[in-house]
Amino acid sequence: MSSSGAGALAPPGSAALAPRGATSGSTRADRRRARARRLGVRTIALGYLALLLLAPVAMIFYRTFEHGLGPVLDALGEPNFQKAFWLSIEVVLIAVPLNTAFGIGMALLLERGRFKGKALLGMLIDLPFAISPVVVGLALVLVYGKTGWLGDWLTEHGIQVIFSVPGIVLATAVVSLPFVARETIPVLHELGTDAEQAAATLGASGWQTFWRVTLPGIRWGVVYGVVLTTARALGEFGAVSVVSGRIQGQTQTLPLYVQDRFENFDITGAYVASLVLALLALGTLLAMNLLTRRTRAAKAAI
Amino acid sequence: MAIEVQSVGKRFGTFTALDDVNIRVGDGALTALLGPSGSGKSTLLRIIAGLEEPDEGTVTIGGADVTSVPARDRGVGFVFQHYAPFKHMTVANNVAFGLTVRRRPRAEIQERVKELLALVRLDGLADRYPSQLSGGQLQRMALARALAVQPDVLLLDEPFGALDAQVRAELRAWLRRLHDEIHVTTIFVTHDQEEAMEVAEQIVVMHEGRIEQAGTPRELYESPRNEFVMTFIGPVNRLGDAFVRPHDIQLLSEASPGSTEALVQRIVHLGFEVRVELTLPDGREIWAQLTREEAQALELAEGQILSVRLPAPREFAA
Amino acid sequence: MESPLPSSDSTVSLRGPHWPGARLRAQGAGALGKGLLGIYLSALVLAPIAALVAKSTTGGMDAFWREVSSKEAVAAIKLTLIASLIIALINAVFGTLVAWVLVRDEFRGKRIVNAVIDLPFALPTIVAGVVLLALYGKNSPVGIDVTFTRAAVGLALLFVTLPFVVRSVQPVLLELDLAMEEAAASLGARPATVLRRIVLPSLTPAILSGVALSFARAVGEFGSLVLITGNLPFKTEVGSVYIFNQIENDNVAAAAAVSVVLMFAAVVVLGLFTLLSRWRSRHVL
Repeated sequence: MSSSGAGALAPPGSAALAPRGATSGSTRADRRRARARRLGVRTIALGYLALLLLAPVAMIFYRTFEHGLGPVLDALGEPNFQKAFWLSIEVVLIAVPLNTAFGIGMALLLERGRFKGKALLGMLIDLPFAISPVVVGLALVLVYGKTGWLGDWLTEHGIQVIFSVPGIVLATAVVSLPFVARETIPVLHELGTDAEQAAATLGASGWQTFWRVTLPGIRWGVVYGVVLTTARALGEFGAVSVVSGRIQGQTQTLPLYVQDRFENFDITGAYVASLVLALLALGTLLAMNLLTRRTRAAKAAI
Repeated sequence: MAIEVQSVGKRFGTFTALDDVNIRVGDGALTALLGPSGSGKSTLLRIIAGLEEPDEGTVTIGGADVTSVPARDRGVGFVFQHYAPFKHMTVANNVAFGLTVRRRPRAEIQERVKELLALVRLDGLADRYPSQLSGGQLQRMALARALAVQPDVLLLDEPFGALDAQVRAELRAWLRRLHDEIHVTTIFVTHDQEEAMEVAEQIVVMHEGRIEQAGTPRELYESPRNEFVMTFIGPVNRLGDAFVRPHDIQLLSEASPGSTEALVQRIVHLGFEVRVELTLPDGREIWAQLTREEAQALELAEGQILSVRLPAPREFAA
Repeated sequence: MESPLPSSDSTVSLRGPHWPGARLRAQGAGALGKGLLGIYLSALVLAPIAALVAKSTTGGMDAFWREVSSKEAVAAIKLTLIASLIIALINAVFGTLVAWVLVRDEFRGKRIVNAVIDLPFALPTIVAGVVLLALYGKNSPVGIDVTFTRAAVGLALLFVTLPFVVRSVQPVLLELDLAMEEAAASLGARPATVLRRIVLPSLTPAILSGVALSFARAVGEFGSLVLITGNLPFKTEVGSVYIFNQIENDNVAAAAAVSVVLMFAAVVVLGLFTLLSRWRSRHVL
């Protein structure tokens, strides 16, 4: 998700659908036609969005409170709900920092390092985009499961990855891997090396240069990447489905809980959990939008 | 600290940036590396700074071989063409940076920053951000920043290239005066021969990775060693293989032994200087440089035929 | 004139720290960092992919082929690929349309609409399934019920892939030099012609990129489909659900084989489109 794309709005006074030149010497009928065209396109676009996006999401709010506040509060108080909620949070708090460090490291490697095969490395980082989450889960089981490549070694050392929290963290980390790297790389590229070289001539060590000069320069790209990573991590379903064993109260993240409630005909429970996730999603959207303006301003200043 | 560069070579892929370069810069000298783009002057500067490593040769600063010493340990101050400001830090913090990373006590840092900002006449702007400064102010900040850690050597890479003509002129004079005050060995890179002539005590002329000639501005102007140096420094008329300076051409009101006739094609008045474009009898075109008074005395007019005396032309072995 | 700078015989050297081992230490840290990155990447991406490919081919290529060509697998793969393709093409049209409106048009609430585009990305896929079911499922307030139909597959995929083309096209559209269109108009071109000959060619690389991303995303989609499609084999069971079922039934080899097929499709399409758009931008711009 390109950070320069999200939140990109036209400056006021930009051309409408009909190029300005076409209206010079045009009749009133022409202008009416152009206006009708513009409204028509707008209606189609907005209608499409409303039917596909807005209406369904509005339904969550409606359906959740359909039977009043009571059932909602009951659902929120369910111990399994709360366990699922906190498990999701815990997983995010581990996976996101790991991916952030990885993303910044990769960005530095690709933008400041000198070696062949950068294109290949870039493709590897993007690979989680192309793989179905279920496939990710399967692949992880094949390595870290009891009969997987590392299965014997893990059992020997008493470590359980699959069907346990570490596996969920792993799966979540894989699916949300690329975002920080993808958002940081272009910013790092735009930043250029001049300031870093200046810092070197002034006596700064590599670490000092990174901490005092490079990192502040890329921080908005990093933050935006972190927001995207968090959103993806919170919402992950497929990979965690495979990897967790979906044991209620233990290895059930919030998205898994939603499915569980649904399949057990606890519709209110499902909707309440969905609502919580949707609210978190809306929070993410807000953050994304606020930050896009900052990242673009930062890029413009460079 | 004196600087010695010996037999330095540098290639980028198949492109040779520097080829067997030798220069010597005396302690406290103010030297210009002058040449067209691609001549290797910036590469040489960066090698002296430690921002690049040469493929061959050595660099010596103050008698010590620093060829494999990284930039941060060389004690050089470097000023970039586009200032390389730390955009997210205030002017004061920019200037303080070198001291901050050396973990000097805060009081000491504050004191020195104040002194330096006063030196470069940026006091009062300490809490501004680089985005709020003009080009000239940014360059002065960059200088203050480089000077803060008392470098043994000050290196400037086309420091005034990105500035307006007027600001450039001001900063040139200011750099000269600064050097008079603090006597740090200074090397600056420029493609502007006028700038080099005006500011530097010693000029090193570079071309295609090689040193063409090194000397004082006067030496280079009056005794150029080859065609490139003569055409690069100062105005020149080219007559086949011979070169004549425009102001060495004498315009006479009447014929005299050793003079030829010439047709005045065009007269250009540039304030104090007057340029006269002439055509010689054999069809060759040259131009002469006169003062306003000389031109007036001759009562020049376009289309006029007068006598010119050319000096002994300078020729260089191919 | 006395130097305004502190005297240079101050006792503390202001040169950079002359750590003899500094350079080696820096190189060591660099190597350690690269090593950690390598281990992380291997543990999360390289090893799992390798294990997947290895598992899918244990028993040789005939076994692989057998798993992949079982009737149910073929149905699932076909449904996935065709549906994803159709969806990607629909996105090409509607996504561009939406991007156009967001960039070139002005209306109240545009900023909110623009923000909402990213919702399918931020929303967990299972929740997407739930909400689509709420509106277009059994108790639909508008009377549309697509549960257990292929339309449900299309609907869910459209939802989750919405942002890709839009966000891919928007920045390009923003950067597009209006002067080009005005020049064309002043030379007598009608708006439709300007669109066809000036605007769309410039947008094509971005559209293709968005389409490729849509396709790759759609091929792998799982969470939004499990609830609304009913996962009926041969009818609404997509590749990812088939794989999931095989895992549950311990047919790991079958799951791995079909996984490789889907992964291959996505990677190939992504690669192809990237090359295509790069070729186009080099030859058209």
